[in-house]
Amino acid sequence: MYSDKVMDHFKNPRNVGEIENPSGVGEVGNPVCGDIMNIYIKVENNVITDAKFKTFGCGAAIASSSMATELIRGKTLEEAWDISNKAVAEALEGLPPIKMHCSVLAEEGIHKAINDYRKKQGLEPWAEKNPHSHDHSGDSTCQP
Amino acid sequence: MVTIYIAFTIVNTFRNYKNIPFRATHPELIREGTMSEKRIIYLDHAATTPVKPSVADAMWPYMNDHFGNPSSIYRIARESKNAIETARAQVAKAVGAEPGEIYFTSGGSESDNWAIKGIAFANRKKGNHIITSAIEHHAVLHTCQYLEKEGFSVTYLPVDRSGLVSPPDLEKAITDKTILISVMYANNEIGTIEPVAELGAIARKHKIPFHTDAVQAIGNVPIDVKGQNIDLLSLSAHKFYGPKGIGALYIRKGMKIDNLIHGGGQENRRRAGTENIAAIVGLGKAIELATADIGWHNSHIRALRDRLLTGILEKIPYARLNGHPEKRLPGNLNVSFEFIEGESMLLWLDDEGICASTGSACTSGSLEPSHVLLAIGLPHEIAHGSLRLTLGDANTEADVDFVLEVLPKVVQKLRDMSPLYRKSGKEGGCNV
Ligand SMILES: Cc1ncc(COP(=O)(O)O)c(C=O)c1O
Repeated sequence: MYSDKVMDHFKNPRNVGEIENPSGVGEVGNPVCGDIMNIYIKVENNVITDAKFKTFGCGAAIASSSMATELIRGKTLEEAWDISNKAVAEALEGLPPIKMHCSVLAEEGIHKAINDYRKKQGLEPWAEKNPHSHDHSGDSTCQP
Repeated sequence: MVTIYIAFTIVNTFRNYKNIPFRATHPELIREGTMSEKRIIYLDHAATTPVKPSVADAMWPYMNDHFGNPSSIYRIARESKNAIETARAQVAKAVGAEPGEIYFTSGGSESDNWAIKGIAFANRKKGNHIITSAIEHHAVLHTCQYLEKEGFSVTYLPVDRSGLVSPPDLEKAITDKTILISVMYANNEIGTIEPVAELGAIARKHKIPFHTDAVQAIGNVPIDVKGQNIDLLSLSAHKFYGPKGIGALYIRKGMKIDNLIHGGGQENRRRAGTENIAAIVGLGKAIELATADIGWHNSHIRALRDRLLTGILEKIPYARLNGHPEKRLPGNLNVSFEFIEGESMLLWLDDEGICASTGSACTSGSLEPSHVLLAIGLPHEIAHGSLRLTLGDANTEADVDFVLEVLPKVVQKLRDMSPLYRKSGKEGGCNV
């Protein structure tokens, strides 16, 4: 059911853990729906120099968190902001339709962590370009 | 020509299986080469069971020499017919019914559909109210939901924290429009065994047909449809070491019930379709063995289950048993582990060759966790962290001990990754 890439990131998740004194934290998801993702970032000179995660969730949620942290490491905040849920899913060689929401969570986690950082810097948080642009393809949303 | 070749290949494949020595770990049931090289520990017997070799052997002649259509009149057809009637008697004996009250179906789902729709439509003029429970299998629940769209009204009885339906609740729910009561014998997820005889007695008192889905109960609990006031009972062979796609519905003599499958005159004109003779023979043989072995089977898998439960609760903190502590199927274990999600547990267990199941949303194809776990009052996040391990005849103490070695590591690995574990301040073993 899962691609080899998903299984690889599930079994050998990259960047598990927390960052001490993180520049920003993104907490998304809900235990009622069965997934919670926390993304921690360290930002130096507008570049994400470190990213870590802690996740409660299924195989796809853990793999999406792992992939998301990999994708944003070394990126500028602008580049990281532009990583879509689709990009996360594609980097994982696809997710089953019912699991697309896991990649949506990853995108939201990145955005929240970046805006958390911006707020701490006294900057205006960036607005979601289009909150309905996620590719949910077949996703059903959990209403807690 | 092609057919002959295929038949020949099947014959050879089958015969070859028989010559291969059985695996040392599962001497009776697991044949070499049918599973991967890695040791497989199958702990999902509530999902399905392997076909016993003696059951497969009994079936074989009916895919070979005795292929005749039982509705025909020549000798090979009579052999088919006799085989069906032998199986019917075997099933009848296993549940305390008359052979004439047993109808073969394609399995548990069809039996449930037939019982519920058949009784509902046949008694439409009397009333439109059906009573069932909140923890039924989807074969019952979705059938009832379908009937709601057809103008029936359905009461879904709640269950207590251990999964039991209360007989007084049933009695209170009965109205003068009630035409069917359907409560499962034993639950497939949490293993809770319902007070079927008492529920049946209430139904009988009010002269309402009583159906029970006994798919999980056969071979685990002694069943006597007469003594337990059961009017209709569903069963399915693949849950007790028989083949898939075959089951039966017991219909007490004199029940008013519509047909579900219309067509030819098979099954005493009640269920059309040329009989799946080999499967019917397999069902008969399997139920005979399952009821004959019930004592050994029960004590064997109960001992393993208890060893597994004790080990889990000893080795893993923040774990709890779901379902009733005593009134449960002997091989059923359902535990919730806080702070982690079930599917990720299954994937790790699978990596170690352990086959299990969960009530988490993530495996159900929806985002809601199991309706059974919610009905017993588990919060969503605890329901997401459930693991079902169901033991079978071929499991050994070594299997259990292997799970007890692997599972604590899997749970810890996932907890270390879980933000809930940190939040609740339970990280680092400084809890208790
Ligand atoms: C309680 C219960 N009822 C019905 C069924 C459906 O049986 P079958 O798979 O034979 O259609 C199952 C099997 O999953 C079950 O556990």
